[in-house]
Amino acid sequence: MKEGHDGSGMGLILKGLGGEFEELKEYPVLSGICSKDGLKTLDDYMNKLGFQLKYTWTPKTKPVKGIESRDYYFARVYDYPDVYKDRPVEDQEALLLNTRLALRRLGESDESIIVFTFYPDILALKEVGDPMQLGEFFGLDKSSLKAKIILAQGRQNTNYAINLYACHPFFIQGYSTMTNGENTAFIPIREFLSGRGFPGYIGYNSDSEVFCHILHHVCKQLGYPLHYYKDIVTPLKAEEIDARPDSEAVRFLKMSLRPLCIDGPNCVIGFTPDGTCFMLQDAKKLRPGVVGGVKGKYGLMSEECGLDSAVSKRDRSTDVFPMKYDMVIVKPEAEEVTVWNQLSG
Amino acid sequence: MEPAERLDKNHELAVKDYPYIIRWRDDRCKRCGKCTAVCPMFSIEPSVIVQRELHSEGPTPEPKTVRRVTTIIKQTTEISKYCTGCGTCTLVCPNEAIEPEYNPQHKFNFHKNKGGHPYRRGGRRNDPTPSTLDTLRFSRISMLTDPALDAGRHEFRIRTYLGRILPAEELPVKVVKGKLEVDKKSGKFIPPVREIYPVMIGSMSIGALSPNMWEGLAMGVTYLNEVEGMPVVMCSGEGGMPQRLLKSRFMKYFIPQIASGYFGWDEIVRTIPHMVEDPCAIEIKYGQGAKPGDGGLLMAHKVLKLISEIRGVPMGVDLPSPPTHQTKYSIEEAVAKMIQSMSMAWGFRVPVYPKISGSHTAKAVLNNLVRNPYAAALSIDGDDGGTGAAYNVSMDSMGHPIASNIRECYLDLVAQGKQNELPLIAAGGVGKKGNLAANAASLFMLGASCVSIGKYIMQAAAQCFGDEYNRCNVCNLGKCPRGITTQDPKLYRRLDPDMVAERVVEVFKSLDVELKKIFAPMGRSTELPIGMSDGISSVNPAVSERLKINFTC
Repeated sequence: MKEGHDGSGMGLILKGLGGEFEELKEYPVLSGICSKDGLKTLDDYMNKLGFQLKYTWTPKTKPVKGIESRDYYFARVYDYPDVYKDRPVEDQEALLLNTRLALRRLGESDESIIVFTFYPDILALKEVGDPMQLGEFFGLDKSSLKAKIILAQGRQNTNYAINLYACHPFFIQGYSTMTNGENTAFIPIREFLSGRGFPGYIGYNSDSEVFCHILHHVCKQLGYPLHYYKDIVTPLKAEEIDARPDSEAVRFLKMSLRPLCIDGPNCVIGFTPDGTCFMLQDAKKLRPGVVGGVKGKYGLMSEECGLDSAVSKRDRSTDVFPMKYDMVIVKPEAEEVTVWNQLSG
Repeated sequence: MEPAERLDKNHELAVKDYPYIIRWRDDRCKRCGKCTAVCPMFSIEPSVIVQRELHSEGPTPEPKTVRRVTTIIKQTTEISKYCTGCGTCTLVCPNEAIEPEYNPQHKFNFHKNKGGHPYRRGGRRNDPTPSTLDTLRFSRISMLTDPALDAGRHEFRIRTYLGRILPAEELPVKVVKGKLEVDKKSGKFIPPVREIYPVMIGSMSIGALSPNMWEGLAMGVTYLNEVEGMPVVMCSGEGGMPQRLLKSRFMKYFIPQIASGYFGWDEIVRTIPHMVEDPCAIEIKYGQGAKPGDGGLLMAHKVLKLISEIRGVPMGVDLPSPPTHQTKYSIEEAVAKMIQSMSMAWGFRVPVYPKISGSHTAKAVLNNLVRNPYAAALSIDGDDGGTGAAYNVSMDSMGHPIASNIRECYLDLVAQGKQNELPLIAAGGVGKKGNLAANAASLFMLGASCVSIGKYIMQAAAQCFGDEYNRCNVCNLGKCPRGITTQDPKLYRRLDPDMVAERVVEVFKSLDVELKKIFAPMGRSTELPIGMSDGISSVNPAVSERLKINFTC
């Protein structure tokens, strides 16, 4: 083990992009990895759909011992096909999702195309290996890449087979999560999500991918406010619900979404489309998790050492260590940190 | 010339033809007569024989032959008085002088049809092999990736829902000032749902059971709810319930059953206006695992005063329930109507669900219920289930095991995305070999929301003698030597209802601990692991393939 990671991989999802992406925020960014053949397949497919390539970013990789380089890492900004330019956002989001899924299927058998995200103002970078070496490999220390929200996980999925699609953080239509823990209720949750009839609820190379899809299901599909995510993944006992002002509704949610209880030791960190970030703990066997920082810059970390390194100049006495009923919510632009308590609603 | 006494004894059965042979020891027996007094079948009787004995008295051996008349215990070879192997004789013998011994070479089934009447009995399928459930293992143990929970220290919530659960998309909720509120004006029907303990006591009627046994179970269930805080519920079986209980506040712990004879329902319906609590649910019995497609029968000699009052029938008449509901002509209409009628009787405040026998056709029933918004659950009773009376051929040869039946039904719901909407109740051989917690947990992981037990609780709470070697199994005759399935006061006074209740409480408390011991190492404590099929495995590849679970070896 190394400080803050176990050296098995790295995943980055960036939101609120700056630098060369600053002016391109309204255009969807396709992030992934291709082989040479895969790139041709990808180009042909995107051209066929009518997507117009506006800008391409690739990391300036340099050989690092222990890191096996793939052919082509990319984040490509496209303009929507003409017929979609004036369509409602829902239609555009569905197009992006379906395109990502189609590309995934095209390259899945031979790993010639691996696509992580296809969404405006979102960039993803993932690879297997030591995170520090990967940072060097991708030249992140010198990169002009900038983002307001960075989800970073220095660890590959270890519960199931090593696969880049199993690498945290996970993303779907503006919602993203990463997790420290193990999801013992993975199979019933996967079966429940797969039965919702939503095309994006596939994959599940990692048991943690369901956390992201539950967030999407709760907030986007069902339209519930964010804190109900906590009520669903870690439901209260019946007598605890009785004390909530919204007890009637919470009782229904607990029953109707019973299979989505995560029932494992998990610390979930994530963000929603409006830039709200959050951290919550499972109802038992707490995993490490801390939130701290200064106005405009907060870190939500699974280790204190990470927070010290990211925001060293802060008042440590205001650090928040969320307990089982807490959901720490950092408002957009890191303006404010609130702790939502599940017992009092 | 024909001898005065035939020597060949043709057309008579030998003791060796019977399933149980009485081993009686002359040297231990003190001729107290207790064994012959208690034998429910009159299989043993005192008899006298002439014995030839050698005697020698005096300082030197001088053997003399003397003939002596002595009393013995003799096993009859009359087939109507066959020894059932119950062992009540052993229980009462002060000197361990008598016990029945199983005879694997018996030819009982060749002969037990005198007068052209097929063999009828109570009990269970005579199949002593372990059920599929008993061969499953819990093999997904959390360790370093997810440290196992501490069964004694962590909080566990072992509960389930009984009732139709609306999908989240159909919930009448709306967001008001950042909070969800139930929209009272939506007019949406919200089906009633009960939160119960996931192991219930299945349907056994007053009538099939003695008053003392039924009362003991009912008291145990009530104590579990009121004192232990465990919401265990119990189904009445067909034949109504005592008025005093119907009008009591304890009614919420009971599930009255309506079956094809509709016995007791005049009395129940008339009592509805006087009820202070709604029942937990209503079970409509369409089938029973032990005798699929066959009706019920309460024999005339079990219809005494109490039973006639509760069921609203004259005393001393056979009470047959037809194999099917006479009003049922199609599942699409009649079953739906019956579910709706029962719901309507309690103002749609009580969950109503059907119970069927395990069968290849269960999926068809399930799919019909899925489309019926008033159907609260589906209870499936597998072929290892028990009964108070049935034809031997039905019990031994008909039916469908519960494991694969519940699994295919659950996976069918999963394919439709409705596995959380219609709870499945699994029954039939749960705890057949005494492994109640393990069998129940396996069924949850295969997809059951709840399991129902019958024989297990009779054995554990009232020491029922029955087993899969056809021991005892005379529940149909009203001769139960334990006083469990009889209406004869001389027999049921042997059973103390308080002691039955105490055992019910002990059984459920220990079950709760054992379930925690299974769930804790698997990392589950907040919700019942329904459908957590990666948790179990089989050492039989065919079983693992059929149940879609892991194969281990």
